Amino acid sequence: MSQLTRRRFIQIGGAAAAGAAAVSGLATKWWGLDANRVDDPGTDGDKVVASFCELCFWNCGVLAHVKDGKVTKLVGSPDHPLSRGMLCPRGAGATGMIYDPDRLKKPLVRTSKRGDDVFEEVSWDAALDKVAEGLLKVRERHGPEAVALFTHGFGGSWFKHFMKVWGSPNVGAPSYAQCRGPREAGYQLTYGAGLGSPEPIDIENARVITLIGSHLGENMHNTQVQELADAVGKGAQLVVVDPRYSVAAGKARHWLPIKPGTDIALLLAWMNVMFEEGLYDAAYLARWATGVEELKAHVASKTPEWAWPITGIRPELIRESARLVASARPASLVHPGRHTTWYGDDTQRARAMAILAAMLGSWGHRGGYLATGKFPLAGYPVPKAPEQPARPKADRPKAGGYPVADEVIASGLCDATTPGHALYDLKAWIVYGTNLIQAMPDTKKTIAAIQNLDLMVAIDILPMEICGWADVVLPECTYLERDDDLAAPPYKRPFVALRQAAVEPMYDSKPGWWIAKELGNRVGLGAWFPWKDAREYLDTRLAASKIDAAEIRKKGVVLGPRIATCVEEGAAPPISLPGGKIALFSEELKGLGFDPLPSYYPQEEGPPGMMRLLTGRAPTETFGRTTNNRLLAQPYPENEVWVNAEVARSLPVPVKNGDWVLLVNQDGARAGPVRAKVTERIRGDCVYLVHGWGHTAKGLRYARGRGASDSDLVTRYKVDPIMGGTGMNVNFVRIEPAENAA
Amino acid sequence: MKTRYGMAVDTVRCVGCNACVIACKTENALPDGGFRDWIVTETGGTFPSLWMQIRSERCNHCTHPGCVDACPTGASHVNEGGVVAVTHAKCTGCKACIAACPYDARYVHPAGFVDKCTFCLHRVRKALEPACVDVCPTRTLTFGNLADPESRVSRLKASRRFKVLQPGRGYEPNVFFLEA
Repeated sequence: MSQLTRRRFIQIGGAAAAGAAAVSGLATKWWGLDANRVDDPGTDGDKVVASFCELCFWNCGVLAHVKDGKVTKLVGSPDHPLSRGMLCPRGAGATGMIYDPDRLKKPLVRTSKRGDDVFEEVSWDAALDKVAEGLLKVRERHGPEAVALFTHGFGGSWFKHFMKVWGSPNVGAPSYAQCRGPREAGYQLTYGAGLGSPEPIDIENARVITLIGSHLGENMHNTQVQELADAVGKGAQLVVVDPRYSVAAGKARHWLPIKPGTDIALLLAWMNVMFEEGLYDAAYLARWATGVEELKAHVASKTPEWAWPITGIRPELIRESARLVASARPASLVHPGRHTTWYGDDTQRARAMAILAAMLGSWGHRGGYLATGKFPLAGYPVPKAPEQPARPKADRPKAGGYPVADEVIASGLCDATTPGHALYDLKAWIVYGTNLIQAMPDTKKTIAAIQNLDLMVAIDILPMEICGWADVVLPECTYLERDDDLAAPPYKRPFVALRQAAVEPMYDSKPGWWIAKELGNRVGLGAWFPWKDAREYLDTRLAASKIDAAEIRKKGVVLGPRIATCVEEGAAPPISLPGGKIALFSEELKGLGFDPLPSYYPQEEGPPGMMRLLTGRAPTETFGRTTNNRLLAQPYPENEVWVNAEVARSLPVPVKNGDWVLLVNQDGARAGPVRAKVTERIRGDCVYLVHGWGHTAKGLRYARGRGASDSDLVTRYKVDPIMGGTGMNVNFVRIEPAENAA
Repeated sequence: MKTRYGMAVDTVRCVGCNACVIACKTENALPDGGFRDWIVTETGGTFPSLWMQIRSERCNHCTHPGCVDACPTGASHVNEGGVVAVTHAKCTGCKACIAACPYDARYVHPAGFVDKCTFCLHRVRKALEPACVDVCPTRTLTFGNLADPESRVSRLKASRRFKVLQPGRGYEPNVFFLEA
């Protein structure tokens, strides 16, 4: 009925006029006589399939409604602890991904030079044979470790398994050194363990929540945003430190519009106030921490008056906010943030946040950081991995390395592809689900590295920029069309979740498990892919793990027993450093020649007339992966550059809200045209872009050319010497009018 | 008891994520560019003394709906529970209702009729929440019967400070925006 056309409407009207109505006494189909009605749009599925989402890496439980073989809508799984029946817009917008007309449809082999983006469609056999042949050649000449895997997303597990049995340790993800890595290192150094994902934090029970540059609410981690709203609804107070008046800042008791790059100074000043005024948890530190006296002495001179000219935050506001933060301890949560690669000193900033959390006694307490548990799972029985000599990771540059990194540095793999930079050269890349062109800083360098490869394979669902640089492109089906491995991340309530296909793969796309197995067969590793298919693999693991397969297939999730997550529930704070003590003062860092306590060092200022480029997220987007999703694009069609209103008025060519502008960075790199959002909601010394727009790939027919790519402007980065993270907030731009753009 | 459906939108909780918008579009199979609900972000003040309110907005299902009065064919009507709706088959797409609605709550469907929020009456009849309420990760939206003083929406209205949009027009909106 909803598709009734005007012509059809007139025909019906005519038929009704011919007298069909009076006889039955039912609808007359004529104005005024017909009963008024609200029709059911008919989007309920004739079957509903439980699975977990892959629009981002949070992996919420979903229920996919399927009608006549098509997915009509997604709703949140009420049983899954990460969704609790609710979804973010991306999760609800998955139909825009599966039915994206621009999807990769057939395997592709490059027919022109790399980067020309000229391919021919081939059969799966031809494509996989070519990949296998290339991999075997690389192994013969350079050894198995010359193959690197870049992976992001849950389906990457099949390819990680491939790399393990193939014999290469070079598996990296931009989600470490380009994202949450410094945070992992900072908390690892302080408490002995990183935070992982989902973060073990108790937002819902916190009474004060402090965000340091984190823009939760725009950064749409479903469960965390649910808990944030619940906390705020119960009266929790927010303290938001951000150069931009974020959504969270709009709900905050205190917004601290800090000068970019000075967070460590503010954190030290907060510690100073808490020591000076006796607001910290002295008993907790005495019981659980080492280095209290060193810390106290270290921050003794870091007064709010000292921090004022550095941060731009008035001393009274620093004191007032410090008192509020301390007032709720231990239920005072300093949120650890997620995307933390900003200035190259990010591990030290994360350390300062971790230390502050300890001063509040929040590590291990309700409303702070929790202990988590993992649902125990049995593996699928496979033969022992083939005997290999121990192979070093190639990401360590020849001159040294990053001593605290506990994951492979994706940018390091990129460096190692340029001859002579690392212990050995990488010769083949398999890139799964990550668009390295946008995800890595300094795109030119990434492209130059690719030119040194003997083989480059991209596995993706959309023709992202990275596919244009590949020799072979393998079209994976979306998460709604495939089974994947079981998900059982550490969480405050252990659980195991199942991903299962809601519909058959469209076009000639294939699931990751199938691609990995076929590749394994072709390179002589078939014995390590013994499962018939993912279904049999899952059934075997479920049976061995004593999980009711029928139940998990119906609900998509099985919960483990409740565990004690905090001191209030009988659990000790989860500290895994030697001696069981929190390292306020880090002997480990001291031994490595780094500051054992975090110190503030000034960042370099930008050239005159230029503003620091800051980036972030929009709730409808996951990096550049969702920007071609035409459903999600309806409420948020492209990014805008945020410019302070006063600055916009005083530019050489004044800019009005909605004007098209170009962004030019300190090295002459350009991005745009992009619309200006002229606003009071940002400081004048910086501009802000949501990451992931400004695509150039010709196959992305919606996203191509929309908005500006921050990646194009990140021509410089500052490497964190402790863990190798690439600080990217060190670029500056000026704004030029773009009169001719439209 | 007579039923009067209404909604409370808690602006303290809302982060403006657009989940309500996407869920509405898929639940109701809306065409590209057609919206039955949307996000408004209102900001005031000058840096750094600012305020902001984010609202998930939709048809206010007014007690005295001007759009219904304006409709020449009877397509725009008041359905059960006071839900303001459009019978697609009776609508000629003349847009008189669009001109009459001060909230811009209606759009023209490419198939030629005017479309708008129904409070997901097709779901409500099955004792389900409207799709926007169901999806909302911040539990910003509370739907229910305003005629029942014990309903959650009535209790929120009774206990919280709230506003309605353009109260001076006399339409008596039934969507309430809760404030701090």
